[in-house]
Amino acid sequence: MAEFTLPANSKVLPGKTFTVAAPEAKRKKTFRIYRWDPDSGENPREDKYEIDLDKCGPMVLDALIHIKNDVDATVTFRRSCREGICGSCAMNIDGRNTLACLKPIEDVKGDVKVYPLPHQPVVKDLVPDLNQNYAQLASVKPWLQTQSAPPSRERLQSPEEREKLNGLYECILCFCCTTSCPSYWWNGDRYLGPAVLLQAYRFIADSRDEATGERLDALEDPFRLYRCHTIMNCTQTCPKGLNPAKAIAEIKKLMAARQ
Amino acid sequence: MSGQPFTGGFRSHLGRARGLGASHHGAGHWLSYRLLSVAYVPLAVWFVISVVRHAGADQAAVAEWLKSPVNATLMLLTVGVTFHHAAYGMQEVFEDYVHGKMAKTVVIGATKALCLLLAVASGVAVLKLALGA
Repeated sequence: MAEFTLPANSKVLPGKTFTVAAPEAKRKKTFRIYRWDPDSGENPREDKYEIDLDKCGPMVLDALIHIKNDVDATVTFRRSCREGICGSCAMNIDGRNTLACLKPIEDVKGDVKVYPLPHQPVVKDLVPDLNQNYAQLASVKPWLQTQSAPPSRERLQSPEEREKLNGLYECILCFCCTTSCPSYWWNGDRYLGPAVLLQAYRFIADSRDEATGERLDALEDPFRLYRCHTIMNCTQTCPKGLNPAKAIAEIKKLMAARQ
Repeated sequence: MSGQPFTGGFRSHLGRARGLGASHHGAGHWLSYRLLSVAYVPLAVWFVISVVRHAGADQAAVAEWLKSPVNATLMLLTVGVTFHHAAYGMQEVFEDYVHGKMAKTVVIGATKALCLLLAVASGVAVLKLALGA
């Protein structure tokens, strides 16, 4: 059955408190960060860091980098581009999956809770293990497939055909949507999840692709596709403003059309 | 990820993701579930109005009402759509939340059998009244 509580060894316990901000600091903010070290054998804990926002940039990622550089070098998280294009710093901030680099600190009222993406195995602290998500992505063959002889130049597309890829190609595969989906939480071993289904539709919708039927064949499954119950968490949480739920609905419409 | 503990092993992530492959069904179930839902709206309205109209009526009055071919037809459709829809809906719930392979197959099969039994029994009851047997 689905589990609605954490196993005993995953319960988050209170952790250490670091007061970094000087008493006279005007803009103090407390970050409550999920910490788990696989080598310690201990339960995860929530450490508190009270920092001075005048000592760091405006985004949650800026605060995390400030904490790691100046307060506690053991805080572990992924980051790379710091401008919302690499998807590395996807995490759960203030109860919602988003990119730390795109999340303004001032948008969070009260303490800033920073947790890893939900319901994924944790490697350490804020770093989730996304190997299964990447494998599911590979399983839908997210590349152009053709049988016609390759043309001597680019494969052409009309502006209208290209238009159909808008809202799909922008996905950066941060998996905020997939890990916010309750259906993925309960059946993530078989349900592909919104990010992967959006990628699948990105190639189904591509006028240059010649494997549409095979792609639909591979998705027609009560679990791979039809665990989506239009809960819409994916669309609500997407830090890029995309609409995976609509992409999934389009796949379902095509499935119905070929009945 | 599915509530099952990771059991280790050396199977690759891609091997696990591809699993047993797609079952190549589900579209028909999805489409008919929606069509049944649409069909259920007017039938449910008709059914509720009919029940309210017969509040306090005796068995003979209801039997007389069901002798009308229109009422008997709509009642049989209501029975069929109700139990078909219920079986589909419960199947979705079990697929979401029951993870043991055998347990899932058993509860879905048992639910379908129960819905079929109730649908046939209800249909026989309607026909018995409608045909006056």
